[in-house]
Amino acid sequence: MNEPVLFLPFIPLLPFFGFLINGLLGRRLPKALVSFVALAFPCASFLLVLHVAYLAWSGSLPLPWSEPNAPAWISAGAVHVSFGSVIDQLSLVMLLIVTGVGFLIHIYSVGYMHEEPGYWRYFAYLNLFLFFMTVLVQAGNVLLMFVGWEGVGLASYLLIGFWYQKPSAVSAGMKAFVVNRIGDFGFLIGIFLILANFGTLTFSEIAARLAANPAWTGGVLTAIALCLLVGATGKSAQLPLYVWLPDAMEGPTPVSALIHAATMVTAGVYMIARTHFLFDRSPFALAVVAIIGAATAFFAATIGLVQTDIKRVLAYSTVSQLGYMFLGCGVAAYSAAIFHLMTHAFFKALLFLAAGSVIHAMGGEQDMRKMGGLRTRVPITFWSMTMAVLAISGFPFMSAFFSKDAILAAAFAAGGLGKVLWFVGLVTAALTAFYMFRLWYLTFFGELRDHNTHPHESPWVMLGPLVILAMLSVIGGWIGMGHFGAYLAPSVGVRPEGRTGGLEYLLTALAVGAGALGWYIAHRMYHSPTTADGLAPATPPGYKLLAGKYYVDEIYTYLIVKPLLMISKFFLEWVVDFAILGGAAWLLGGIATLFGAILQRWQSGNLRSYAAWLAVGAAAILLFFLIPYTLGASGFDIWARGR
Amino acid sequence: MNFTSVHMFSDVPLSWYLLLSAALFALGVVGFLIKRNLITVFMSIELMLNGVNLSFVTFAHQWHAVKGQIFVFFVMMVAAAEAAVGLAIIIAVFRARSTLAVDRIDLMKL
Amino acid sequence: MHLVLFLIFAGFCLAGAINLLIQRHPITSALSLIVVMTSLAVLYLLLGAEFLAAAQVIVYAGAIMVLFTFVVMLLNAGREERTLGSRAAIVLGFPAVVVILALVATIILHAQGLGTAALREGITSTQDLSTVLFTNLLLPFEVTSVLILVAILGAVALARRGDGERTEGQ
Repeated sequence: MNEPVLFLPFIPLLPFFGFLINGLLGRRLPKALVSFVALAFPCASFLLVLHVAYLAWSGSLPLPWSEPNAPAWISAGAVHVSFGSVIDQLSLVMLLIVTGVGFLIHIYSVGYMHEEPGYWRYFAYLNLFLFFMTVLVQAGNVLLMFVGWEGVGLASYLLIGFWYQKPSAVSAGMKAFVVNRIGDFGFLIGIFLILANFGTLTFSEIAARLAANPAWTGGVLTAIALCLLVGATGKSAQLPLYVWLPDAMEGPTPVSALIHAATMVTAGVYMIARTHFLFDRSPFALAVVAIIGAATAFFAATIGLVQTDIKRVLAYSTVSQLGYMFLGCGVAAYSAAIFHLMTHAFFKALLFLAAGSVIHAMGGEQDMRKMGGLRTRVPITFWSMTMAVLAISGFPFMSAFFSKDAILAAAFAAGGLGKVLWFVGLVTAALTAFYMFRLWYLTFFGELRDHNTHPHESPWVMLGPLVILAMLSVIGGWIGMGHFGAYLAPSVGVRPEGRTGGLEYLLTALAVGAGALGWYIAHRMYHSPTTADGLAPATPPGYKLLAGKYYVDEIYTYLIVKPLLMISKFFLEWVVDFAILGGAAWLLGGIATLFGAILQRWQSGNLRSYAAWLAVGAAAILLFFLIPYTLGASGFDIWARGR
Repeated sequence: MNFTSVHMFSDVPLSWYLLLSAALFALGVVGFLIKRNLITVFMSIELMLNGVNLSFVTFAHQWHAVKGQIFVFFVMMVAAAEAAVGLAIIIAVFRARSTLAVDRIDLMKL
Repeated sequence: MHLVLFLIFAGFCLAGAINLLIQRHPITSALSLIVVMTSLAVLYLLLGAEFLAAAQVIVYAGAIMVLFTFVVMLLNAGREERTLGSRAAIVLGFPAVVVILALVATIILHAQGLGTAALREGITSTQDLSTVLFTNLLLPFEVTSVLILVAILGAVALARRGDGERTEGQ
């Protein structure tokens, strides 16, 4: 069989070239050229992925396919890590999402960022992100994935802090990076444990070794899974490491769409799915994953109920939806989680981009209390966003209807704990619908509350991606969970069976009902033209708690950040500066002075002591030369060397 | 050394000359160390030089080497020059410090 | 004969040297040193160095020691004072001297091949001396002359009264 030519390394490398060109030369290039470079390379990458996908779907490419003759990266003793990529169903789906949605967002950004002075920088960073994300998704071993993992964290930091003159943006970027780092620490420990217990870092080899030991469960595998979970929690903004994601909204809206909705935050879910063979061996770890997922979903949804910034609502919504994906992974329904990941990419990116269009129309205003009545002024944006809102609320036969339902059904089927979690997920679905429709009503209905702005529709370069994503949000789920799960099964395992037909329909109806309930309450509270924020006066104490985001940030600051800063300051100022450096300087000076003082007494100026030392020196020299002679003196003839 | 054959008309072993030379040298060093007058210290130096001269002459006799004696000649010349200059310095020091006590002339230090 | 002479004049040497150390007044030390010099001249004669014996008396005893005496009288150096003293000199110096003396003495006593001071062929005539001095060692001889010239200049320059000390004709 002919080896198909795949150009796999070029999938990441093309955006990397885009980064290099725009990064090094972009400042001097005309904007059109920068845009061209920024769009051409991701487009080429996407086309390559399509080519690979075509080959796979037409059967010419057997999956899973590892790149042969991949260059070796580390080859030390028993540890061998290569730069190899692996293409299987899971990575193919992810690659399509990443490059496809990524390309659409690049197009959108051309319009959104058009007036920005740092235009070239933005696209350089965006291409860099695409490079690292594709490396992450394509990696055939844990270490290479970690490289991509760290790299997307870096790109995220760079893009959140894109407007670096804004202090809030800078600190948000740092917060994202630091919190991610905490997660990465767990991930690293996990990698070390994997290496210690399996001797290899390549996914296929780990899976093979596990398959050869069917009885190996729990114990160290739980430890590995939990460590990896810490990493995923950080990257995918779950409890307790979610705090960076709402602040990350300081970055440009397309960045929020791409990185903090569609791709980077899903890396955690991808990682769990990729290492599912480890998690499958540890029911405890899976339970932890599921509990964290459900709790986060509920928790974030409650905060999202009262946010006034349109992007913040979407940020908490993202955290919440990611919780759903974790719930799906936790009940071993990995393909359901990936399915939801895919649909979420569509509608969440759409939501963010549409929000960006709204913000653009409002001249930069992000507070929903100042919006209103935009339905007639920005119709295309309105309709696109409507599709997304319907999708996320689980409107029947739209994309998320299938995926969210699949997760909830799998949770329900997963035993006692699963039923509790299913209920939490159900309530969260109602809350989700509520806050999304609240957003929808506040933004597009009623009267325009801020009379100083003149909203206008965005240019087509921004609207085009909106329309495409809207279509995907509608039809993206039609492949159906059954087929999707069957497709992904070779790479992520089969979802545990256990639901009957009737129960399935009941659960579906309940889910739709929850969504309808949420819509209805929002309709009652927000559809009247003059309501500014209906929830506020009704329950003051609870409102303050929610609006303050449960004061989690403040707790973290006082419990962790401030003590750390104090300790570091103390350490730096007193231990390092004063004791070590000051001490070293004092010591050196002291030694020099001490020796000087001692030696100074020697030079007294006293002639006789000088004479005495002369005599001592002479005696010493004589001793040195003549002792051997005197010791063997008898018989020694000093005239032996004659004249 | 053989003492039994020593009598009034025997020859003097050269080692005795050398011992005398060493003794003179040692006495010179002792004088250099304990004397407190600058001029006396200088005289001790001359004593040391003379001790060394004696040993040179002794060895010149042993080997019938004229060069040994010529060396002594040069030593004498240099000692003369040195004495002249050294005493001039002592005079200058005395004029500056008004003292010849060795211990009070102690400015050669850091 | 030789032995007696040696013993007498070696005794004078040592006595003079020890007296130099014992005396408190520089002038008596100088006179002791003259005794040492002249005794040494006799010893040189016993060793067959005629010219050197003469030179010793003329140069050392007759010129250098006279110079010393002149300086002592010029500076009116009196008895030695009790000065600050230096403990280092005694504590370090004496053992060093003892060591040196002991070493050298040991070597001398154990040396073999040393002959005696018999004068059978041992007399070096002045002619022998000058033959070598003015032919092989002419350069060192001339250099020594220059050295003495330099010494004269130096002594004159150093001992001259400086510009700030005009004592005559104020």
